[in-house]
Amino acid sequence: MFKRIVYPKWFGPTAGLFIILLILPLFVPRFYVYILALIYVTSLLAMSLNMVVGHGGVFQLHHGVFYGVGAYTVALMLTKTSLPMWVGFVAGPIVAAITGLVIGWLCVRLTRLYFGMLQISLGSLIWAIVFRWYGFTGGDDGIHGIRMPTFLSSLNSSYYFILIFLVISLIMMYLILKSPFGNTFQAIRDNPQRCEAVGINVRRYQLLGITIATFFGGVAGVLFVVLERSVFADLLFWTLSLEVFIMILLGGWFTFAGPILGAAITVALRTFVGKYTEYWTLILGIILILLIFFLPEGVMGYFQEIFKPKTKEVARGGQTVDAAGRSSR
Amino acid sequence: MLQVEAVDKSFEDFKAVNGANLTIGKGEVVAVIGPNGAGKTTLFNLITGQLKRDKGKIIFKGEDISELPPYLICKKGIARSFQIANIFPRLTVFGNVQVAVLSHQRRSSNLFRPAQNIAVEETRSILESVGLLDKEKNVAGSLSHGDQKILEMAIALGNEPELLILDEPTAGMSPEETLATMELIKRLAQIRGLTILFCEHDMDIVFSIAQSIMVMRQGRTIIQGSPEEVRSNKEVQEAYLGGE
Repeated sequence: MFKRIVYPKWFGPTAGLFIILLILPLFVPRFYVYILALIYVTSLLAMSLNMVVGHGGVFQLHHGVFYGVGAYTVALMLTKTSLPMWVGFVAGPIVAAITGLVIGWLCVRLTRLYFGMLQISLGSLIWAIVFRWYGFTGGDDGIHGIRMPTFLSSLNSSYYFILIFLVISLIMMYLILKSPFGNTFQAIRDNPQRCEAVGINVRRYQLLGITIATFFGGVAGVLFVVLERSVFADLLFWTLSLEVFIMILLGGWFTFAGPILGAAITVALRTFVGKYTEYWTLILGIILILLIFFLPEGVMGYFQEIFKPKTKEVARGGQTVDAAGRSSR
Repeated sequence: MLQVEAVDKSFEDFKAVNGANLTIGKGEVVAVIGPNGAGKTTLFNLITGQLKRDKGKIIFKGEDISELPPYLICKKGIARSFQIANIFPRLTVFGNVQVAVLSHQRRSSNLFRPAQNIAVEETRSILESVGLLDKEKNVAGSLSHGDQKILEMAIALGNEPELLILDEPTAGMSPEETLATMELIKRLAQIRGLTILFCEHDMDIVFSIAQSIMVMRQGRTIIQGSPEEVRSNKEVQEAYLGGE
């Protein structure tokens, strides 16, 4: 059953890549291990956002909040309570998902851009609380020097921890997207009105999708804390949400793995161009403009379009859709 | 099976539907005709809940459904197609129909089983009955217009409806496609024991397959009756059949 789902052609290269990533820390300098781990965390964040945006057609404009809530939950539980550490790790994603459920419940009554606008407002409210409540969250200082369990004491062990949870999360997301729910969710993205007419309670499914996506956003938040051992209010600020949104557009929002590529490009730009100029976002902006003109399906979408078998029209590229004279948005 | 009683619907000042009446018995094939802007599509949207009526009653199997949202009306056993091919363009043909089948079987919220192994038989049998099985792996958006209209109907069949509502099922089709589609509709009605409500501009088609015809003009029902009754009605001849 599982085997049929994993596209066999991709299985070999993916497994090979995984093994390379496993042994990489033995060969590359610490700095690169750190950057790779940061890419993993960011990838998971982008992937979780794309679950609702690319696959669900929901305008989740303030996804960073759930990332931040996940991160703050684990940070606060590790520093302020004496509960076993694993409780904090489990609580992060769950609290993020509950936050997602509550904000989502308020927002799904609205459609499209209005949904996104209300979400930005509600998310900014949470940001403001975190930013101002010095006594509890540390305000704009954040929380630093969070003590991790001993098995996460070195950078390499954090790297492996993050990689393993990234892979587990990706597999779960993949299975969810291939499940009846995933199909239905994508159908809602394509045509919510038609979905209503086949007996689907669109809002309920959108809410479920948002809850799942924010759960994984929370996982990304926890992994961020594992890597950085600190949290700060910027994690919940809307500019971060925008950056993640750009990542999925960059990578290709109708593809499964596109957001990983988008996250890698963005983190790499920030790290390596950011060294020379603080205006690295300028370059990101130019790339984005070029992207909109030349690769509207994102980098990954472009490659999928090239490599798809020509005889079968099975790729989900927009070009085949446009060729039939239909707009899909 | 379905009774529409004195239903009104206005958009701002414009009375799109103004005193529409319609009765459909089980197993009947009923057509709604009328000039453009007579309110046919609006009436269909009122029945399936896309729009809410201002006044009047819509009763399906003895139950007033006029306040229900579209997804609940669908669950009661009414499925529909739309005038403009209304499909899921990025899903495959198979996926399009499967969404409806899964919804009908109440399995849409299953999160952890691969969808490709669920409801395969049912989905394929529907695709086979409408003649789209050989294109099941195609992306729906890449189909020809005619095939998209057929696919729409297949999606509606996925809900195993008792009443199937087709809004201009042959709009934009070539004469050959139109003929084939109407044959298909007739066959489906017989094999599946469907009750069908449709609207259509081609009078030859309407008079050849409908058992009962309802004529609308300016949102109002002029008459509902057998093709003979409708043909001989003075007001209908004046309003609509005029030249014939």
